[in-house]
Amino acid sequence: MIRPDAPVLLEICDLRASVEEQPILKGVNLTIRAGEIHAVMGRNGSGKSTLSKVLAGHPAYRVTAGSVHYRGEDLLALLPEQRARIGLFLGFQYPVEIPGVSNLEFLRVATNARRQEQGLEELDTFAFEDLVRERLKVVQMDPAFLERSVNEGFSGGEKKRNEILQMALLDPLVAILDETDSGLDIDALRIVAGGVNHLASADNATLLITHYQRLLDVITPDYVHVMAAGQILRTGGKELALELEESGYDWVDAELERLEASAPEGLATAQASRTPAEVG
Amino acid sequence: MVTIPVGELRVQSRSLAGEAWLSELFSSLPVLAGSAWLAGQQQRARQALAGESLPSRRQEAWRFTDASAITAIPAHRLERLAAPAALPAPAAQVLRLVLDGHGDPLEGLALPEGLERLDPAVVEELCGEALDANGAAASWPVQLNGALAHQVLALRVSQPLPIVLELVSDTGDAAGVLGLRLLLVLDPGASLEVLEVHRARGASLTSVVLEARLGPGARLRHGLLAQGQPPQPAAAADELPSSAGAAPVLLHHLAVVQDPASELQLTAAVSGWGLARLEPMVVQRSGAAFTRLRGLQRVDGRQVVDTHSRVLFAGPDGRLDQVHKALADGAGRSVFNGAVIVPRQAQRTDAAQLSRSLLLSDRARIDTKPELEIVADDVKCAHGATVSRLQQDELFYLQSRGIAADQAARLLLRGFCEEVLAELPTPSALWQPLALLMGEEPAP
Repeated sequence: MIRPDAPVLLEICDLRASVEEQPILKGVNLTIRAGEIHAVMGRNGSGKSTLSKVLAGHPAYRVTAGSVHYRGEDLLALLPEQRARIGLFLGFQYPVEIPGVSNLEFLRVATNARRQEQGLEELDTFAFEDLVRERLKVVQMDPAFLERSVNEGFSGGEKKRNEILQMALLDPLVAILDETDSGLDIDALRIVAGGVNHLASADNATLLITHYQRLLDVITPDYVHVMAAGQILRTGGKELALELEESGYDWVDAELERLEASAPEGLATAQASRTPAEVG
Repeated sequence: MVTIPVGELRVQSRSLAGEAWLSELFSSLPVLAGSAWLAGQQQRARQALAGESLPSRRQEAWRFTDASAITAIPAHRLERLAAPAALPAPAAQVLRLVLDGHGDPLEGLALPEGLERLDPAVVEELCGEALDANGAAASWPVQLNGALAHQVLALRVSQPLPIVLELVSDTGDAAGVLGLRLLLVLDPGASLEVLEVHRARGASLTSVVLEARLGPGARLRHGLLAQGQPPQPAAAADELPSSAGAAPVLLHHLAVVQDPASELQLTAAVSGWGLARLEPMVVQRSGAAFTRLRGLQRVDGRQVVDTHSRVLFAGPDGRLDQVHKALADGAGRSVFNGAVIVPRQAQRTDAAQLSRSLLLSDRARIDTKPELEIVADDVKCAHGATVSRLQQDELFYLQSRGIAADQAARLLLRGFCEEVLAELPTPSALWQPLALLMGEEPAP
């Protein structure tokens, strides 16, 4: 839902970031307002997953230039846990398995950390069980998964449902979903997408990172951005995703070459990034 | 010119201290009255140790473990405690035997059907059998125990028992040496759950030798909670002997003989001792049995925990499932050596051993070593060892859900421990194994 007067939740300006001294993001600009659903598409190595990890504060990535403001606050100055508590959520492409830590306990500690920030009272074990059982319905998840260790022995689909369950509990204002559709069969995709649609409102925003059009068949984006060589190359409406589905990404190379020709100082970086970048 | 390397000099002075410590200890022990058999055992053990010192790091089995902490323990037998330590009330269906090395733990107790004191003649026959079968009779901790122990708690289990047998020692703040000798005999088809708890806080040495014999089809689920605690800082330190500040020592030897179709599940959790050495040893004497070993040890400060396990398959079709975990913090030192022996006759053995260690400090040290001797050719023997820090990906995942880094680390460590602690017999919860293991203040 696009409302030009809606408050800006996330403002990314000329964001540049490296991993192991290798520049991956080379000037990303993106503004997200409340109520909007954005999709970032692009080939492997285009930097889209890096963007999600930088926003969430992964310690392996170093921001070298640019800024990110979350509701006017300097997001990059915050620790990962602080970012989460004020309402930023990252749905992982590969949710991490944590043996020995019960899923229920993990969800309760996380939920209470967020609630404390929101000025809500902490939930004890019983109150939390009531809440979690209600939110399980959002992703049609079996309560048995609460008793297991975090993500341990979960199938790909179960892990992704567990991510959306966390999103339903943490009630974020900006949810970044990194390749949430990868590894899902069509039924699981529908359930997960149904959960995302259910949670989207006029007050929050969603940033979907995906390879494929098929996720966008079930979650309709307001904006589609195409990323290449660490930049957003083109922005359009949902029809841009359809166009990509038909014509593929070949035009991206031509576009990059045109950009390089017009901005000679950017040539070296753009070329370097195209060779070894298998960074998701 | 003759030069003497400094290192050798140091070794020599230490061995003298060990020898002196042993002779002081033995001269302090009362003369054994009653059982001529036990007196003979004691005599033989003392003779074997006469002129000996402590285990030295020049011996392969003690290469990484400095035993000199033992000499900081007053060399006398632990007095009978005037005020026994406060223990948590036993849970329902628990038969608790408190072992203090003095009284008869069975006195005045009604034993449930299927559990009885072993006949003295049978004790004399069976005592030492499991040690011999495991080739452990001559090991230092076993000899020391033999030289100390003046009674054997020997029990026979003749059927599946619906209770949990708790074997508890708690030396509290007391100083001295406690020797405990136990023998469990499980008849064919019998089953038993045991929770063995040893606690200490003062300058004491707890020496335990437990032998168990599992008849065909017998099942033993054995939990060992070894909860040492650092000594309490004394209010008037100058009035106390210098040993008052010494951390407690545990020497624990478990020797098991398994008959075919028997099942042994051993779960051990150890922390808080200045020095702890655990030697769980199992022989499947005709193979075809199942052994499940779980170990968890944590060191902090200058503590040392050393687990030397050994499983011998003396026949075909045996199975082993072993996981050993270690946490090393502070300047602590954790040692694991896991021997698995599969001779020619042990065809179709299926054994898996995994050692997982977390190194939590730059000053801590972990030595872990699988030791597989495989002669049989048709076997499956898997082993693996990892030593790592906390995984950055796991920490980041928790942080990305609003959990602060220190709390996230705590959650991960607890999870690491829970995997093992969850396998202890149920009544273990009363002993707060996780809180004590993590060095947290136990809840009242």
